Amino acid sequence: MLLNSILFDFLAGLAVVSAILMVTRRNVVHSAVFLIGTLVATAGIFLQLQAEFLFVVQIILYVGGIMVLFVFVIMLVNLDVTLRFPQFNRQKFVAGALAIALGGQVFAAYWIGHGALHFKGSSSPMPAKNTEAVGQALFQHYMLPFEIASILLLVAMIGAVVMAKRRV
Amino acid sequence: MIPVDLYLFLSLALFIIGVIGVLTRRNVIVILMSIELILNAVNINLIAFSRMWSSVDGQVFAIFIITDAAAEAVVGLGIILALFRNRETVLADEMDMLKW
Repeated sequence: MLLNSILFDFLAGLAVVSAILMVTRRNVVHSAVFLIGTLVATAGIFLQLQAEFLFVVQIILYVGGIMVLFVFVIMLVNLDVTLRFPQFNRQKFVAGALAIALGGQVFAAYWIGHGALHFKGSSSPMPAKNTEAVGQALFQHYMLPFEIASILLLVAMIGAVVMAKRRV
Repeated sequence: MIPVDLYLFLSLALFIIGVIGVLTRRNVIVILMSIELILNAVNINLIAFSRMWSSVDGQVFAIFIITDAAAEAVVGLGIILALFRNRETVLADEMDMLKW
């Protein structure tokens, strides 16, 4: 129990610190590395929530797929010139204050409504075979969304090929 | 067991950091990475609630969100490459061709 709580604190702290560093670093490659840190910490939290399939998907797809794509594009696009310009735009103070106000608003809504919410602790166990349960739900109950997602991926693939072509 | 509230706070923190990144950075690639962070925060919420109800439906939704994130990243990076080829810049406030 205590170990679980320590693990959660560690992973959450890692995720938040790494996310802050991602937003504030000047070098884009450092940002990408810190985003990988956040994603790995989130994967650990998924594992703690007994979502083993999503833990693996997060590592393979996010860290192994999407972030590698990001680093590729950074290497293709990166101009050392842009590092000399200011990295934050002119509206940074207003935008930061508004974002923090949004966070405060959500937190206040939680704080006021917190008596009515009944977040019960998760006492009953998850289905024992996580991947099997996800597969059953995906291919039985969520069959139509699954097919629509595959069409979305096809469209994204064609779109990426067309946009990355030199001459359409 | 860890209460669901803590997961919601973690998710809120990551979401706000992502929003700050989207609104304040000039580099388009960092803006896209901040959007990935926001989608990731949503996934934490979904999976925490899936654990709370001991049901696997939230995880299926999280899979769909990951699919969306992948499609969005691919198309966004394609747009960035095409823009970079035309304008030689990755700074968001220099991409003002539609501004009159």
